[in-house]
Amino acid sequence: MELTERHQEYWRKNLRITTTLMVIWFVVTYVMSYFAPLLNKITFIGFPLGFYMAAQGALIIYVVEIFYYAHYMNKLDKEFGVAEEE
Amino acid sequence: MATQSQTSFNQQLKKYYSIYTGGFVAFVIVLAIAEQLGLPNRWIGYVFLFATIALYAIIGVVSRTADVAEYYVAGRRVPAFFNGMATGADWMSAASFIGMAGGLYLAGFDGLAFILGWTGGYVLVALFLAPYLRKFGQFTIPDFLGERYGGHTARMIGVFCAILASFTYVVAQIYGVGIITARFTGIPLEIGVFVGLAGILVCSFLGGMRAVTWTQVAQYIILIVAYLLPVVWLSIKFTGFPIPQLAYGYALQGVTAREEVLINDPKEIEVRNIIKQRAAAADAALKNPEQSLAAQKAAAEKNLADLKAINDPAPQIKAAEAAVAAHASVETAKAQWEKDKALAPRGNPPQRHAEAFPGANEQAKNKARVNFLALVFCLMVGTAALPHILMRYYTTPSVREARKSVGWSLFFIFLLYFTAPALAVLVKYDVYNALVGTSFSNLPGWIERWRAVDPTLLSLTDFNADGVLQLAEIALGGDIIVLATPEIAGLPYVVSGLVAAGGLAAALSTADGLLLTIANALSHDVYYKLIDPRASTKRRLTVAKALLLVVAMLGAAVAAQKPANILFLVSAAFSFAAASFFPALVLGIFWKRATSLGAILGMIAGLGITFYYMATTQPWLRSVFGVTSPIADNTWFGINPISAGIFGIPLGFLVIIVVSLMTPAPSKRVQDLIQHVRYPHLRGDIDTRAT
Repeated sequence: MELTERHQEYWRKNLRITTTLMVIWFVVTYVMSYFAPLLNKITFIGFPLGFYMAAQGALIIYVVEIFYYAHYMNKLDKEFGVAEEE
Repeated sequence: MATQSQTSFNQQLKKYYSIYTGGFVAFVIVLAIAEQLGLPNRWIGYVFLFATIALYAIIGVVSRTADVAEYYVAGRRVPAFFNGMATGADWMSAASFIGMAGGLYLAGFDGLAFILGWTGGYVLVALFLAPYLRKFGQFTIPDFLGERYGGHTARMIGVFCAILASFTYVVAQIYGVGIITARFTGIPLEIGVFVGLAGILVCSFLGGMRAVTWTQVAQYIILIVAYLLPVVWLSIKFTGFPIPQLAYGYALQGVTAREEVLINDPKEIEVRNIIKQRAAAADAALKNPEQSLAAQKAAAEKNLADLKAINDPAPQIKAAEAAVAAHASVETAKAQWEKDKALAPRGNPPQRHAEAFPGANEQAKNKARVNFLALVFCLMVGTAALPHILMRYYTTPSVREARKSVGWSLFFIFLLYFTAPALAVLVKYDVYNALVGTSFSNLPGWIERWRAVDPTLLSLTDFNADGVLQLAEIALGGDIIVLATPEIAGLPYVVSGLVAAGGLAAALSTADGLLLTIANALSHDVYYKLIDPRASTKRRLTVAKALLLVVAMLGAAVAAQKPANILFLVSAAFSFAAASFFPALVLGIFWKRATSLGAILGMIAGLGITFYYMATTQPWLRSVFGVTSPIADNTWFGINPISAGIFGIPLGFLVIIVVSLMTPAPSKRVQDLIQHVRYPHLRGDIDTRAT
């Protein structure tokens, strides 16, 4: 079938949120790890920050990102009329 | 499926698994009481082992099925929450459960690459794969490649890669099951492997994915309780606070302060020098074994003659005689020198636990940093490409549930993965503060016990003969951290049994998922799609079950050989999966222009270069393929062979893009398929669901 303008808009929004979340993922994983020796000079709730990010901080952000994406997309499905029939 | 029945199904599951969890806790309490009443430790080991396997067997038998969709994808009605637990158990292997904390203890910050890589990969699963594969809605990952890229070639390459990545992995799991069985019951490893195999097969044989799903949920509950309980207790003991993940920051500060003391301690330096000298002497002797042996033998004989001449007491003459005997042949002397030479790394000062990318100079530090980042990348992309994980997202009732399910998966994995670094630091805190400096005559009970069990797990040598234990005199094997935690925390033996049951659950659940992936790739993709597309349902299931048995037997046979390089092969599986599947799957969904030829060549190129790099830089593979050119000449940018995927993944993308642009765009049918997977629901759309 032919896609309508609404359908295109839905896909663009999906790509936008995907890109945003990937940027966050990249920063907490690679940028933070790259600068870990520097971050380790800062103390955060008793931990050197570089160590904390790799052992816990990044993991928490991953979990939040995935649930946020699910929530966002499930709402977007309804908004654009492409949600599954229940 | 009607909403009402799905809701009530969900309620029912919650009820059953709550009762199950309560029953399991009661079972542990009863065993704890029995232990106080005098039940011997060995029996506690037996009861845990056989009770849990019997439990999985019951779930496996109750979930038997003759329906194809039930067999391959659990009827597509596993709610997000429960699929999350099943994925957690599917994902966390014996290595995660038993080995991870020990790895972190030994490697410090560098070990965190595994924590980051094995969790961050789920973000890729959530954003790029799970919802789209669920909408596609067939049975296997090669199914998607076959439909999207047309023809059998792409499907068969997919089958090959799925088997390559999964088989090495499943061998490691069966081996892990054998080790745990052997350690807690005294059965020899070769037999333990087959006992474990029986445990694996009862879960999957009759009910396929449906049975595996519901046993994996049960296994997750056991493994997470078994992991968290001793660590919480340890945290209360050392920090007075029951949340180890928050409390260990202060333990880490304690460890860091002790490291500085131990690095500069004169006694420690003395021991490290003795070790260095011994290693250096052995290294020198190995260069010229015959002459060194003759010289040492002469010295030993002279010593014996001197002792006899002055009529020294018998024990010392005996020792001197033994010393002469030890120099009997070049082989025994060589073996001893090799051992001494291997001591060399222990002559170095202890590594600082929290220090990122340690190294003697800027160059070494940069190499450590580059390899850390490369390993994280390969593990993440590999996670998002392992077929036994991706397959799990076919089993949810809807795209909506698949999205949430990835969140639950990572949450349940996260519970263990953010505890492992805490456990590593807490044990290190105890070793550095309480153990180092005690006298050899007064060692804690758990040390004595584990020393006797297995010298590769724990060995102590009084190098400077001062009767006091120095840090450099302790050699730890990583696995002991998790295995000995209950005893370090002063918990009764029943908790050790619980930990063994948890390790077993982790190994069994992962092995089940992998076996099913391999057998399904063969029965569905090769037999049904390629050889006999008109096979009846009954025949398809018979073939699937027969293949499951064959693959399981093969895996156990390989595991019983105790392959030495199994750990490397498992890590290699991530790079292979990452380089072959990930580019083809993601571009297949996100780029309509990706063509069949592009994907085929991209998968081959990605896998090929990954394999080539490993074969020329990894010592064991080099010997297998007879590569003789120096490793340094074959190394690119200082990357370790374990991260070879760092070259394969980009090359895979590049080849798919370039070749696709040179070949005609995919047909209208394929374009429709892509549109179909991108939208959870389109009016008047095609239907790709498999039956």
